[in-house]
Amino acid sequence: MNTLKVCEVSVIYPGSEGGESVTALSDVNLTMKQGDLVVALGASGCGKTTLLNLIAGFISPSKGYLTLGESLVEGYPRVLCGKDIGDEVTGPDADRGVVFQKHALLPWLNVIENTEFGLKLQGVDKTVRRERAAEYLKLVGLEEFHQHKVYQLSGGMQQRVGIARALTNDPKMLLLDEPLGALDALTRESLQELLLDVWRKTNKMMFFITHSVDEALLLATKLVVMSPRPGRITHQFDLNFNQQFLDCRDARQVKSTPEFIAMREQVLSIIHGDELATA
Amino acid sequence: MSNSKKMTLDITEAEPQRVDTKEERATTKASESFVDKLKHKCRSLAAPNAVPSGEYFGTPGAGDSRLISIVSAFLFIAIWAIATEGGFIKPIFLPSPFDVVERLIDITVDGFAGGTLFEHLNASLIRIFGAFFLACLIGIPLGITIGCNRIFRGIFDPLIEFYRPLPPLAYLPLIIIWLGIDESSKITLIFLAMLSPIVLSARSGVTSVRIEQIQVAYSMGATPWQVITQVIARGSMPDIMNGMRIAIGFGWTTLVAAEMVAAERGIGFMVLNASEFLVTDVVIAGIIVIGIIAYCFDMLMRYLERKLIPWKGCN
Ligand SMILES: Nc1ncnc2c1ncn2[C@@H]1O[C@H](COP(=O)(O)OP(=O)(O)O)[C@@H](O)[C@H]1O
Ligand SMILES: [Mg+2]
Repeated sequence: MNTLKVCEVSVIYPGSEGGESVTALSDVNLTMKQGDLVVALGASGCGKTTLLNLIAGFISPSKGYLTLGESLVEGYPRVLCGKDIGDEVTGPDADRGVVFQKHALLPWLNVIENTEFGLKLQGVDKTVRRERAAEYLKLVGLEEFHQHKVYQLSGGMQQRVGIARALTNDPKMLLLDEPLGALDALTRESLQELLLDVWRKTNKMMFFITHSVDEALLLATKLVVMSPRPGRITHQFDLNFNQQFLDCRDARQVKSTPEFIAMREQVLSIIHGDELATA
Repeated sequence: MSNSKKMTLDITEAEPQRVDTKEERATTKASESFVDKLKHKCRSLAAPNAVPSGEYFGTPGAGDSRLISIVSAFLFIAIWAIATEGGFIKPIFLPSPFDVVERLIDITVDGFAGGTLFEHLNASLIRIFGAFFLACLIGIPLGITIGCNRIFRGIFDPLIEFYRPLPPLAYLPLIIIWLGIDESSKITLIFLAMLSPIVLSARSGVTSVRIEQIQVAYSMGATPWQVITQVIARGSMPDIMNGMRIAIGFGWTTLVAAEMVAAERGIGFMVLNASEFLVTDVVIAGIIVIGIIAYCFDMLMRYLERKLIPWKGCN
C-alpha cells in the first residue's frame, strides 16, 4: 500500500521566450517502500528538486507516471472546483510533508503557530493541535521558543521549526530538499541524528536531497546518485551505515570505517567521472 | 579525550603563574584607560557616524533624526517669520506665520466660506476616508484575485492599466454626467483614484509570496481557498500596506479636484474659495491642516506596519 513508484519519468521544462527547453529528468525509475530512507545525491542542476517536486505533486511528469499506493501522483490541486477529485489522482497532500532549505516558514505566525499550521488547516481542535505541536517542538529542542518570532531565529532553529512542522502533521512520507544545506557543521550533525531518530521511531518513508557525500552515505538506506544534462539516476546503492550510526552514535567512527571510506571513494569517482565526461 | 584532560591540566598548572603582580595590574589599567581615551577620541571625531551597540555599521541612514527634524522645522518657520514680519514679502503673497495662526483660530471659531474649519474638515474626511474604505474593501480582494486567477487577470488587467494613468480631472466630467454633482460623484472620483494603486499593490503582493510557503501549505493538506486566505493574503500584506499609503496620497490630490465642482463644504473647497478672493492666510492655513492630517495618517500607517508586518525587511 505505502509504496511510491516512479516509472520512466521525464520532465521537460519549456524554455521561456526564445530559451531552449530543459530536460530536467530523463527516464527516471525509483521505488520507495515503507521505512526506506532514500537519499538523492548529485551536483546542483541534476534534477533532484525536480524529482522531489514530482513526488510532492507540485509538478506533473512530461512522460511516464508516478504512483503512491493506488493513486496516480500529478500536479493537481486536491479539490478541483469544489469537487473532491477522489482517490485515483493525488496532488500535493498532507500524506507527504515537505521541508525546504529555507524561506518556507510563515513570518506572521510565531514558532508554535507555524508548527501547528497543518493541523489548523485540517480543522483540528486548538488544544489538541497545540499539544501535538509542543510535543514535536520538544523533540527538536525548541520547547522554550514557542512564542518566538520565526524571522528572529537562527537558520538552524528555523530548520528545526520546519522539521517539527512537517512531523506534527504526521505524514506518511517526508520530503526534504537540502534541509541542512545552509547550516553549520555542528548543527547539521545534530539534526542528522534527530532525523534518523525520528525515522527509526516512526518508520516513515523519507526522501532526502543533499549534495554532501558524507551526509548521503550516513543517512541513506538507499542511495540514488544523479547526474546532470539530462538529469538521470545513474547508480543506486543499498546502504546500512545509518544502522551503524544509530547503534554507536558516533558519526566520526562510522565515517572512518574502511567500508565507509571505500563507499565514499566509489561515489566520489562516479561524481567526478561525470564531471570529466561532461566537461 | 586524553587530549582535553591534558589541556585542563595545563590550565590549572598555569594558574599560579597568573597571580596579578602589581606591575601587571598597573599595565592593564594603563592600557584600559588608553583604550578609553582612544574610544573617546573616536566618538568625538565621528560622533554622528559612531554605531551605537546593538546596531549594524553600514545600515544606510541609520541613527535617530528626530532632533534634527525638529530643529529644521523651527528654522524654516523662523526664516518664514523673519521674511514676512521684516516686510520683505507682501502679506498678499505670503502672510506671516502669526497671521496664519490667528486666521486658523478665526476660521475654527467663526468659520470661512460658509462653514467652520471643522465642518469643512468633516466633509472632506468623510469623502476621503469613505472612498479609502471602499477602495480597500474592493481593491484588496480584487487585486489578490487578479494575482491568483488567470481569468480575472485577463478581464481586469487591461481595464485597470487603461484608466490608471488617466488624470482624475479627465474623467471627472463623465462622472458628473453619470452621477450628478452631489457627494456620490466626489466619493467615486476619489475612490477611482485610490483603487488602482491598491489593486496593483495587492496584485504584486501575490507574486511576492514565496512559492515555498505556498507549496508547504498545500503539502500540509491546504485547499486552494485556504492557501489564498491564510498564506497569500497574509504574505502580500507588506505590499498592500505600501499601496494603501500611496493611495491616500492620491486621495488628497484628487480631493481638491473633486471639491472644485459645486461643493459647499470641504477643506479643498475652502482653500480654493480663499484663493479666489486672495485670502492668502486661509489658503496657507488650509494647506497646513491638510498636511498635518496626512502626516498623522502616515504615522498611523507606520504604526500599523510595525504591528501587522513586523517581519518586513527581515529574512
Ligand atoms: N521552473 C523551471 N523552468 C525551467 N527550467 C528549470 C525549472 N526548474 C528547474 N529547471 C532546470 O532543470 C534542471 C534541474 O533543476 P533542479 O531540479 O532544480 O536541480 P537540483 O535540485 O538538482 O539542483 C536545471 O538545469 C534547472 O535549470
Ligand atoms: Mg535543488
